[in-house]
Amino acid sequence: MKLGRVVGTVVSTVNSPDLDDRTLLLCDLLDPAGQPGGGYLIAVDTVGAGAGETVLILDEGDSARQVLGAPGAPIRTLVVGIVDTVVEGPAPGGD
Amino acid sequence: MQLARVIGTVVATVKAPGLEGVKLLVIQPLDRSLKPVGGPLVAADAIHMAGPGELVYYVAAREAAQAMPDPFVPVDHAIVGIVDAVSLLAGVEP
Repeated sequence: MKLGRVVGTVVSTVNSPDLDDRTLLLCDLLDPAGQPGGGYLIAVDTVGAGAGETVLILDEGDSARQVLGAPGAPIRTLVVGIVDTVVEGPAPGGD
Repeated sequence: MQLARVIGTVVATVKAPGLEGVKLLVIQPLDRSLKPVGGPLVAADAIHMAGPGELVYYVAAREAAQAMPDPFVPVDHAIVGIVDAVSLLAGVEP
């Protein structure tokens, strides 16, 4: 999965039927420090993520279709989580 | 999925089985401020509605074939929607 930040939305009325009524979020890809690392993805929202939020992006087709319960859908990129914090370095409590 | 502009069409008479009747378009991938990024690609038009000049979004890899009526076709990029609007948050650098 990748870290991203929701920076906008994409609106489309003519689309593949599997994309009907899905929210498309424009997400910048981030490095672990939260800085845009170049590049973006258009991802289908599954968690109600909002503008400006740091999110977890799934970019693999089989997993995406499993999450959506849509076996034949031409979708591979989903927002699957809203990130509270990212800590670089050893896990808290570790030594 | 990524944004792209349709910049041309491709006609191929001799092609792999499964590609009959598939509309092939030349697309230029774009960054989110709609500037060209990288080289152009040939993509199948899975919605049968895209034409030159249009702003579209496409899916790559195995999922591209999933967009086609027969999901077992040799297609690796497919246009899956026409973009009406891209709206960036206030304050976001384009």
